[in-house]
Amino acid sequence: MKSGRFTKKNGLFVLQLGAVLLLPFITDALLGRGWVRIVDFAMLYIMLALGLNIVVGYAGLLDLGYIAFFAVGAYCFALTGSPHLALAFPQLFPAGLHLSFWQVVPLSALLAGGFGVLLGAPTLRLRGDYLAIVTLGFGEIIRIFLNNLNAPINLTNGPQGISLIDPIAVAGVSLNAGEEILGITFPSVHLYFYLFLAFTALVIFVSHRLEKSRIGRAWMAIREDEIAATAMGINTRNLKLLAFAMGAMFGGVSGTLFAGFQGFVSPESFSLMESVMVLCMVVLGGMGNIRGVILGGVLLALLPEILRHGIVPLQQALFGRTVIDPEGLRMLLFGTALIAVMLYRPAGLWPSRVRRSELEADEPESTI
Amino acid sequence: METFLQQIINGLVQGSVYALVALGYTMVYGILGLINFAHGEVVMVGAMLVISSLTAMLSWGVPLLLALPISVVLAMAGCMALGYSIERIAYRPLRHAPRLAPLITAIGVSILLQNLAMMIWGREYHAFPQLIVSQPHHIGGAIINDIQIIIIIMALAIMAGLMLLVHRTRLGRAMRAVAENQHAAQLMGVDVNRVISVTFMLGSALAAIAGLMVSANYGLAHYYMGFLLGLKAFTAAVLGGIGNLRGAMLGGLLLGLIESLGAGYIGDLTGGFMGSQYQDVFAFFVLIAVLVFRPSGLLGEQLAERA
Amino acid sequence: MNAPLLELAHIGKQFGGLNALSEVSLHIKRGEIYGLIGPNGAGKTTLFNVITGLYRADAGEFRFAGLRYHHPQPHRLAQAGIARTFQNIRLFANLTALENVMIGRHIRTRSGVFGALLRDAATRAEERACAERARELLRYVGITRPAQTLAKHLSYGEQRRLEIARALATEPLLLALDEPAAGMNATETESLKMLLQDIRATGITVLLIEHDVKLIMGLCDRVAVLDYGRKIAEGVPDEVRGDPAVIAAYLGNDDE
Repeated sequence: MKSGRFTKKNGLFVLQLGAVLLLPFITDALLGRGWVRIVDFAMLYIMLALGLNIVVGYAGLLDLGYIAFFAVGAYCFALTGSPHLALAFPQLFPAGLHLSFWQVVPLSALLAGGFGVLLGAPTLRLRGDYLAIVTLGFGEIIRIFLNNLNAPINLTNGPQGISLIDPIAVAGVSLNAGEEILGITFPSVHLYFYLFLAFTALVIFVSHRLEKSRIGRAWMAIREDEIAATAMGINTRNLKLLAFAMGAMFGGVSGTLFAGFQGFVSPESFSLMESVMVLCMVVLGGMGNIRGVILGGVLLALLPEILRHGIVPLQQALFGRTVIDPEGLRMLLFGTALIAVMLYRPAGLWPSRVRRSELEADEPESTI
Repeated sequence: METFLQQIINGLVQGSVYALVALGYTMVYGILGLINFAHGEVVMVGAMLVISSLTAMLSWGVPLLLALPISVVLAMAGCMALGYSIERIAYRPLRHAPRLAPLITAIGVSILLQNLAMMIWGREYHAFPQLIVSQPHHIGGAIINDIQIIIIIMALAIMAGLMLLVHRTRLGRAMRAVAENQHAAQLMGVDVNRVISVTFMLGSALAAIAGLMVSANYGLAHYYMGFLLGLKAFTAAVLGGIGNLRGAMLGGLLLGLIESLGAGYIGDLTGGFMGSQYQDVFAFFVLIAVLVFRPSGLLGEQLAERA
Repeated sequence: MNAPLLELAHIGKQFGGLNALSEVSLHIKRGEIYGLIGPNGAGKTTLFNVITGLYRADAGEFRFAGLRYHHPQPHRLAQAGIARTFQNIRLFANLTALENVMIGRHIRTRSGVFGALLRDAATRAEERACAERARELLRYVGITRPAQTLAKHLSYGEQRRLEIARALATEPLLLALDEPAAGMNATETESLKMLLQDIRATGITVLLIEHDVKLIMGLCDRVAVLDYGRKIAEGVPDEVRGDPAVIAAYLGNDDE
């Protein structure tokens, strides 16, 4: 009986893995190439949501400017991986710096993590609300800087953004050109999908390992009751900083992936609304619950597309014009979802691991 | 010297608005220990309501002297209803929930209001109707116009009124009692829920007036205006010492001055590296500096987490 | 070894001009059960919070295990060996009973981020030992429910016991309990009493705040009585019981 369940479980896993690996081809065949790109973006959002989940879900710290770390990572690659530095410092970098993606990843992780510490340090001693406000402010401030640091030294190229970012290359193969492997043609968006998949898997792995560790337990203790946590000897300030820095690092790495994928970054990709969207993913799916957060990420990343393809034609058919634009409707739904989930289903859409394992554990032992 | 005086005047005008909005944050925080993120949006709704009703009435031929008070009362009533509903729907059910929960609903409310406003009033800027021919007055080379004078006087009068309300009336005493110790106040027969509702409504009424002032001063209103204004007013409240009414007023005026002087002189200070487009950044650095060096604010008490 | 474990000298604490504690001096010897009683509002909980670092004393000296502390932070004191429970139970409600106790082991375990990610042999061993010790403690305090039960789903009495287990997990020298018998019935109180005697027998010093005077008198080696923020009596239970100042404080309180 037990071994039977074991193989069944294994079989299911193989099936799921296969489905995920074939996802770009299935999507391509059924919905078209454009949707593969949408799926790629969804993966980026899942990574962001998982990063924010460490901060909000595990440690219970509300970060409302999370997208700023994404921006830090994106601009980090944009500056070091494009000809742009030649404009800012023509003597120093006549052709730009052109670091490779793999060199930039640790750099942007460190930089974003450093920003996280800088931002968290003054607020983490205080009540949680202050962190929320400061991060909210930081999210806006970083955008103001990105928009204005084109003079007197052109660092960010202002609202126009930075383009011509080098494509990401894996083992010498640029992901921007399609590639033929074993007779199968992999278009560029497919290749990026597999790269993002690998990074997402890494983020899931790290999240999972942290969750079930001494550090993860300490974070959750802080989330549940900070005073009780200090009374247990937990250095809440250091652990909160750690959570904040880790979350920021994930944000930074996702930003670097984003910059390489798009080949272009501009300040408007990093608005407050993006922060809110990532927060929504975490809250809606279930704070502190990896599966829930992934579900939230998938749902919300696809939502605007569904709205665009569903609501607009529907309105056209009903009223003959677009009464509510999908962008506004999306934000309206986000706002409502945040309120409704907190009021009626604070654990999110996906029932948490603990509650299920509790139910499972109760049965056999209670019969004894 | 002229610029200096001019920046002081601008700062006082802007600071008066911050002070009124900061009062809303600080009153709610004092009583519930909650940052009402949606407060900035209430200011925006107030501004929109004033502009819409005023424009409509003027176009119907209602005389200005009648139309202005009516539209202000309308906006205040609308904002009070809004403030009341926000508390009832989004905060009250979560009063005993973990800290994070009301913060998240507050964000939700803020986004909801912003986008509802965008649907109702559109993405465009709304012009504040030209009410009076605002006379510019020259003071030592600087210019102040009638609207700005009215704003400063009105703000001072409202703040004085609020202080009287809080320190001289039964309601004010009940508010202070709830702020001090909710449970004890309840035992003494104070209707805590009512006091909280009234506090939200009071703050929202102030927000409506602030909305009127800010849109009259700039001549514009926009569905996104509440966000940054709210952030800055919150900073003002923290600067003065959150939970402290006089602190909010002082913080508001001070932040207004810091901002306008900063924007006026940042070019000189940084050797032209940064210009006045960084005006919005000052509030943020003030916030960080206050949190690092004096988290209890200028007039506040120690901010220890309640055991 | 004869030096007291905890020594307070002239501790003072004010709240907005009100003297919550003034000139409180006391010492707790190693291995004893020390009780702190007093009428409502006498300053017991304030003193307790000073001892566990949650409040800063405005005046006075604080010595624990031979070291002097200025404004100690709660987590430092926990590391030094003071563990506490809370009057109005503060468990990690949405975590399991086992996780609650394992969090108590936090300061006695080492593994960090890299250990968590790599899950190397040392980390796995530490994690196993930690869980094993936590299960032992759950059994020790008498929680028979599955260790995976969420803390918030435990009964009231079990939650109180879980708090004790969590505190014991920190390997304290001093276990400080804030009204552990509050809300318990006679049987539960009796078994709590046995548990505390057991704990003391393992060499842990116990500090107890309690309303239940009978429990205090039957359990404690020495008792201090607070009234209006001052220590009005200290000694073995029988002495204190007959102290006129104590009787006056309690009778005066009864009059209200």
